[in-house]
Amino acid sequence: MPKRTDLQTILIIGSGPIVIGQGCEFDYSGVQACKALRRQGYRIVLVNSNPATIMTDPEFADATYIEPLTPDILERIIEQERPDALLPTVGGQTALNLALALHERGTLDAHQIELIGASLPSIRLAEDRQLFKDAMTEIGLKSPASEVVQSIEDAVRVAGRLGYPVLVRPSFTLGGSGGGVAYTEAELREIAERGLKLSPIGQILVDLSLIGWKEYELEVMRDARGNFVVVCSIENLDPMGVHTGDSITVAPAQTLTDKEAQRLRDMAKAVLDRVGLATGGANVQFAINPADGEVYVIEMNPRVSRSSALASKATGFPIAKIAALLAIGFSLDEIPNDITRITPASFEPSLDYVVVKIPRWNFEKFAGVDRVLGPQMKAVGEVMAIGRTFPEALQKGIRALDIGVDGFGSKLGEAPPEALRVPTAQRLFQVASALASGTPLAEVAQHTGFDPWFVRQMGDIIARQERLLRDRPALDQLSAEDFRELKRWGFSDAHLAGLLGVDEMRVRARRRALGVTPVYYRVDTCAAEFEAHTPYLYSTYEEDDEAAPTAQRKVVILGGGPNRIGQGIEFDYCCVHACFALKELGYETIMVNCNPETVSTDYDTADRLYFEPLTAEDVLNILDAERPDGVLVQFGGQTPLNIAHALAAASAPIWGTSVEMIDLAEDRERFHQLMVELDIPQPPGATALSRDEALAAAADIGYPVLVRPSYVLGGRGMALAFDAEMLADWLDAQITWDGRPVLIDRFLDDAFEVDVDALADGRQVVIGGIMQHIEEAGIHSGDSACVLPPYKISMYHLEIIREYTQRIGRALNVKGLFNVQYAIQDEVVYVLEVNPRASRTVPFVSKATGRPLARYAAQIAAGRTLAEIGFTEEPRVDGFFVKEAVLPFQKFPGVDARLGPEMRSTGEVMGHASNFGHAFAKAEMAASTHLPLEGTVFISVNDFDKGAVLKIARDLHRLGFRLLATAGTARWLGTVGLPAEVVNKVSEGSPHVLDMLRAGQIGLIINTPRGGQAHQDGARIRSAAHLYGVPIITTLSAAAAAVQGIKALKHKPLRVRSLQAHHGV
Amino acid sequence: MQQGCLALEDGRIFTGVGFGAQGVQTGELVFNTSMTGYQEILTDPSYHRQIVTMTTAHVGNTGINPQDVESDRVWVAGFVVRALSPVVSSWRSRRDLDGYLREQGVIGLSEVATRALVRHIRSRGVMRAAIAHGEAASDPAALVELARSAPDMSGWNLVNDVTCAEPYHWTERSDPQWYRRHRYDPAGPLVVAYDFGIKRNILRLLTDRGLRVTVVPAQTPAAEVLAMNPAGVFLSNGPGDPAAVTYAIDNVKALLGRVPIFGICLGHQLLGLALGGRTEKMRFGHRGGNQPVKNLLTGVVEISSHNHGFAVTPDSDLGGAEITHINLNDQTVEGLRHEALGAFSVQYHPEASPGPHDSLYLFDEFVARVKQTQLAASRPGADRP
Repeated sequence: MPKRTDLQTILIIGSGPIVIGQGCEFDYSGVQACKALRRQGYRIVLVNSNPATIMTDPEFADATYIEPLTPDILERIIEQERPDALLPTVGGQTALNLALALHERGTLDAHQIELIGASLPSIRLAEDRQLFKDAMTEIGLKSPASEVVQSIEDAVRVAGRLGYPVLVRPSFTLGGSGGGVAYTEAELREIAERGLKLSPIGQILVDLSLIGWKEYELEVMRDARGNFVVVCSIENLDPMGVHTGDSITVAPAQTLTDKEAQRLRDMAKAVLDRVGLATGGANVQFAINPADGEVYVIEMNPRVSRSSALASKATGFPIAKIAALLAIGFSLDEIPNDITRITPASFEPSLDYVVVKIPRWNFEKFAGVDRVLGPQMKAVGEVMAIGRTFPEALQKGIRALDIGVDGFGSKLGEAPPEALRVPTAQRLFQVASALASGTPLAEVAQHTGFDPWFVRQMGDIIARQERLLRDRPALDQLSAEDFRELKRWGFSDAHLAGLLGVDEMRVRARRRALGVTPVYYRVDTCAAEFEAHTPYLYSTYEEDDEAAPTAQRKVVILGGGPNRIGQGIEFDYCCVHACFALKELGYETIMVNCNPETVSTDYDTADRLYFEPLTAEDVLNILDAERPDGVLVQFGGQTPLNIAHALAAASAPIWGTSVEMIDLAEDRERFHQLMVELDIPQPPGATALSRDEALAAAADIGYPVLVRPSYVLGGRGMALAFDAEMLADWLDAQITWDGRPVLIDRFLDDAFEVDVDALADGRQVVIGGIMQHIEEAGIHSGDSACVLPPYKISMYHLEIIREYTQRIGRALNVKGLFNVQYAIQDEVVYVLEVNPRASRTVPFVSKATGRPLARYAAQIAAGRTLAEIGFTEEPRVDGFFVKEAVLPFQKFPGVDARLGPEMRSTGEVMGHASNFGHAFAKAEMAASTHLPLEGTVFISVNDFDKGAVLKIARDLHRLGFRLLATAGTARWLGTVGLPAEVVNKVSEGSPHVLDMLRAGQIGLIINTPRGGQAHQDGARIRSAAHLYGVPIITTLSAAAAAVQGIKALKHKPLRVRSLQAHHGV
Repeated sequence: MQQGCLALEDGRIFTGVGFGAQGVQTGELVFNTSMTGYQEILTDPSYHRQIVTMTTAHVGNTGINPQDVESDRVWVAGFVVRALSPVVSSWRSRRDLDGYLREQGVIGLSEVATRALVRHIRSRGVMRAAIAHGEAASDPAALVELARSAPDMSGWNLVNDVTCAEPYHWTERSDPQWYRRHRYDPAGPLVVAYDFGIKRNILRLLTDRGLRVTVVPAQTPAAEVLAMNPAGVFLSNGPGDPAAVTYAIDNVKALLGRVPIFGICLGHQLLGLALGGRTEKMRFGHRGGNQPVKNLLTGVVEISSHNHGFAVTPDSDLGGAEITHINLNDQTVEGLRHEALGAFSVQYHPEASPGPHDSLYLFDEFVARVKQTQLAASRPGADRP
């Protein structure tokens, strides 16, 4: 069928901020959809609140709205843009839910907007667990015995009937938020309460638990003609009971016979028929009893998803792009396969390699979190690895995680075999340990529920490792044959170096001397049946290299690896922009990355894609094969910088700011020396190499101090210590003294923080943007809201900041981007840190200023000057742009939901408007913090903040809010004549503040904890606020901003404006 | 670890680790891109005299079970894989692949650079090869010579090797856990199935649909078949060059117009030849479970199972038959229909096994034609069609 000509404008809804369960895979799918539909000549209107995405770059749509994803705002955009159709299937559950809401309020009908790519009944059927279950029964498929309930008592009754353990899943939540496995009635009551609260329709499903069954997923597509293909089969290593986002998964499925595989295919097709998915992509999850093959259908998602992004990368079949084309009327056989060019998309990819996906967790950032994996997703990112065999792919995946583990078995997680029953982030390493210590394969398989097939392959890896440890051969005793064998089993040079007790680079040298180097094979969708025209490559140790490097001028761009807190989509944005810029300059672009969720790993982004771990070994091998003119290490965050030395030592042509200068900025002493020379103040600080040194230094500097290990991103391990005792505790808990220093700085109380992103070309320094943090110093910059332009900083201080930035950029001879953090305290501007690389705020500044800073940086790296680029002046910012962080506390019950120097946000949103109040209100709204316009505000602040809270309380009172406070604060407010009602602390007994929260009687909470004084009540209030979705503000500066936001909202309604309209393009 | 070697007639050598039986064997070297179903492939008589390379990385993972066989023995001349599974995991498995091939006297080769091999065949076409496991593997030059001395597939009638010796009745139905249930009729219309190397799943699917099936040897004269008074004749899949099976072409000619005919694979090629068309050898054929075949009558694409090295030439004179299916990858003729003569056929494998079940409707179509004919025949005064 030809494409539809009756549609002109198509609205695409993005997925909003990166949260656990909804990551940057939707940037990838959204970008694909926008590109594909625009190429077909449609006008695209895009809405997404996340400024860090590539999809929200103005060139990917005709009208790009970085606005809150709420039905109200969307309605306004629809009124403005008059789309003919809405494509809701590439923006995750967020977009589907919004489509439903827009339908329910009549917006779609009123504006005659057609839903394409999905139908309302199919969205409802797939998401409403009871409807879905009934539908499955109707077509003769089994799904776990279960019942939908709307109360705790009913949940208990159902569990009694099904028998424990039961699985509890709330309806309509992301990533299984609020779900859990209950082994007892007490556990059930707790999980059910949380689940009922989290489900937007107050409904949970109590399931018979299939814990221990094998779990599979099929990624499928269908078109309007009824053509149906399975793009990929995925087998979970972790059995049922662990969310698929937290499971290690393998593609293609390895332990099914053809009969069984085809049965799943038939079932998936029947499910799609019944759900009524007309066109597009979907996934269907199955559980199979390993003892007799009995199959249960677990769920179906009628949209692209995290696993469809994975399947696209795993097979070379671009599901989101094709789903978009199907939605506008094409059929699968009318769409060519990009990779073979001669064959159509109506086929099923055949894989002649194995793909392993491993999740990346960040539990270390959340003290008190339950680290056991279950039905609620907890991972913040993932890596994918491609190998010719499962062992090779598994080992590559482990080293790609960038957690300092070189391979399976290189890190052992000692644990008694019974502990293997419990799924955790450490289980893979515990399995390695158990196998190394001789635990029988069968026992490991039984405890873990891993299929014996996988366990045996793991055992074979360990056997090779143990042989090396036993024989202890000298490096030069290893023959080419030995090396080849080990490489084919996936052993990295670093892992072998560890086993042989030599330096990694010696292993590399020996291996190369023996001629053992990898070949690169193409991911071609067809197991080599047809020629692959797309250089999408992975390494292996076999015959016949397919890389076919060209003789063109070329640049290698190193990506950021797996997403994690502190290093996320922003860096992928920068890498992708670097790639675009260099393409424009006529370079062949070569991307290296291992994160399947990203745009950078779309084979359509760079000219050539190496889907490889970002280790020195893997990157050097690529450089050997490609011989590029330049290598960019400054765009992918800390991961590529960590190997920059090794690359430079191997004479890699690193472009841009030199590794030497990057080092200088990280080296406390040398950097301090430089700041002294430049006459730029720094907070008093010191480095320490031992516990005693640290305590002495802190005493010298004066408390409170900020402490952190060197070479980290995202404030990993960073803490605020108010006295020697706190510092000592932190050092003992966090630091192993291994020769790397701990950095100690004076903490600047009550300071304003400022972030500057700037560009330099070795001659000139130009500021891209100056952002003022809304939270005061002490909150990690990644977790702090910030505003561009600064709204409370004097021109005088801004001039000082500009001048310092100039000095620093020149002194470090920066060639590209750099980011400087400043703090202003008592009229003094201090420099806190300098990062001569792309920063987290680059996409935000680029969106606000309309100037693509990352592109400029890449051009500078390639030798162009700022003058040639035409970027010679700090851009003027029209209106206010507020960036707000999005935190994952809702996923981690029991974690104290307070901000601190350690970054814990997973994503960000942007709000913009002509005044600060509206911009802030929009940012909060986009972060799902809906500022109330009336009602009750609960105020509870530490003594330190009591003075400053008065103005905020007064403003709220004047705005008509009822003030509620604990006795101490209420008395204090009363002294200035502010009427505050008193509510009990939790410790004072019911009815206390938590009761009121639960009863929905509080609309806003202002609660400021401080250092060691934070008491139990505060933590419980914060955790309850997140549970019940009540906005909570934990700093006074943010509270003041919120008051401005509320004022603005009460004064004038919000307006929406596209970036194109804003920047006049 | 026993050494193994695969020597191609053009001199290229692939080394590997032998498994299964020891010795030397020659055959036409082909590759199959199915990710599952090695057991069905091994036992498919159409692979007679062919050394099959699996493109999927790990083979043998689910072992060998008694049900998933397409005949009573392994037919491939040799089996080449990248990684033989060291372990078996399946609730249905009874033994491992290595032991099975050893017992069946078939040579296997693992740790082979199969992707390089596939690309070699893709660019140069299928070719003869010699596979060796054990002593013989140490002399690659001799193996190359041996490969060159092997017979060429073109013009080779292999049907005689694989067909049954005597006619027999087939009554086994498919396992209901794999397929939708059909109404079974032990007294349904009789269909005679020519065995040119027939796969059991074809017989099961015919039986499932209420047909009584009698399987006859390939050489059975048409007159003998007509004497059995069948309501339909089925022409099976099989190995070798269809043009070399001249007696079968003659028999099909004699049957055309007398009884509804349904052909699969070799049966399809024989039908094409009997209608007056030509067949040709393909460069490297289609072998896999992911081929897009477009049904030109409905416009729907079927993801289908393929195993053929020959194809009906599209521009040959097909005696008025229409082309009903084509392969979207390379436009190969995948289906024919001659309405007036009551015959239709497909080049690919609607019986799957291994492969997707998208094309099962063809069996229903055959049953419908058979029943229609029977109905017409039972009408008073009606002639045979």
